Amino acid sequence: MSTTPHNGDQLHAPGAHAHGEGEVHVHLVPPWLLLGVFAALLFFTFVTVAVTYVDFGRTINVWIALGVAVAKAALVALFFMHLRWDSPFNGLVFIASLFFVALFIGIAVLDTKEYNVNFLPPTSTSARPQ
Amino acid sequence: MSELVSRQQAAVAAQGDTNSPLRDHHVHPPHLAHHFESPAQQYDSAKIGMWVFLATELLMFGGLFCAYSVYRHNHPEVFEYAHHYLDKFWGAFNTVVLITSSLTMAWGVRMAQMGAKRGLIVCLVLTLLGGVGFMIVKSIEYSHKYHEHVWIGAGNKYSKAYNGPRNEEGPLSAQHSETNALTDKEREHTATLNQMAKPVATTEPVGQPWRDPNMGTPDEAKIKPMQVIPAGLSEAARQQQIKAVDEHKHSIKYEDLPQIEKDRVATFFNIYFMMTGLHGIHVLVGMGLITWVLIRATKNEFGPTYFTPVDLVGLYWHLVDLIWIFLFPLLYLIH
Repeated sequence: MSTTPHNGDQLHAPGAHAHGEGEVHVHLVPPWLLLGVFAALLFFTFVTVAVTYVDFGRTINVWIALGVAVAKAALVALFFMHLRWDSPFNGLVFIASLFFVALFIGIAVLDTKEYNVNFLPPTSTSARPQ
Repeated sequence: MSELVSRQQAAVAAQGDTNSPLRDHHVHPPHLAHHFESPAQQYDSAKIGMWVFLATELLMFGGLFCAYSVYRHNHPEVFEYAHHYLDKFWGAFNTVVLITSSLTMAWGVRMAQMGAKRGLIVCLVLTLLGGVGFMIVKSIEYSHKYHEHVWIGAGNKYSKAYNGPRNEEGPLSAQHSETNALTDKEREHTATLNQMAKPVATTEPVGQPWRDPNMGTPDEAKIKPMQVIPAGLSEAARQQQIKAVDEHKHSIKYEDLPQIEKDRVATFFNIYFMMTGLHGIHVLVGMGLITWVLIRATKNEFGPTYFTPVDLVGLYWHLVDLIWIFLFPLLYLIH
């Protein structure tokens, strides 16, 4: 972050109307889009809560919840976080990190069943001598 | 210092003078660092840097999500049982709070880009209030769990290392503090249970650390029972007791869990506190950053040519929202 000392009054005056080379390209997200994304996020939040009252079976319910969460995350990343209009490289960094997280979790979950979950004996009262 | 200021003044003066050598040679805005060619390059570099940082944040949370996945995959019943301690309403409320504060943050970036100082300040204050609201709800939830003895580590009544009041309200209500749900007759039972449980409690001091029976010679006496059920109570009365405290809240009953899963209920809470705790720390950091940007905004430091700090702090805030979007259904909405 630049900490060059400057005078606030001088800061905006020169650049505000300039369109010279090397100027920061300003992309404004239109208000209707921001509000639309916000409404969609609220709607998805409602859906993900409502779906827990319907029984589709343990696995399906988890995948529905995750699917809705991914849709919400995509909306936030694309529009609120501006990825839709950003340099694709920023999106690539983001997707790459998600890929490695998925790899990490996927491989870890794959072989969890290879271990004996009952390594510690139960500590029930019935285990004590009668 | 004085040299910088005079150069800036010269640069500003040169804007109007097309013949000035300063205009096409080394004029640059005061916020442009020397090692960057142009404001655009500086802005893009800052953004890439922020995204790389956000990627490392995701990888850090990835470790916790991994622990969650492995544990839920192996012990789905534990999650189904224990998640009833979390209040869906507060979870959904906090989701809405964070989404709203994300909207105001995105709007604030727009305001900064337009050079609307007042609008930016309003947006940042609203975002900050969102963070405050989130933390207030979180602290209500945390303190509730503390008082219900479903706290971290040894503060969790489901843990083998539990060091809280074990027999003070009766062994069953040590599992569930909702004694209000009991009828008078059931309270009598609880009182009887207390009487019977006391001698057991004195032979096994509460503070004694739990010993892994797999280490060294197995010694049955050293295995601390998690729940003391006196032999004198009839099976029917015992079932009735458990029903009274379990039924109105839990779709899965504690007694229906296999013993091996009962021993693991405490781990759900450890995962819950680690994930929401790390997330909460991020909310606090985000609030600090927003305050910093807010102070700079009041000094009129941002506008169409320079809004990088607002933008980057916004990205951080959105990431915190993004992580909560996953935490909420994974922890609160277990079906």
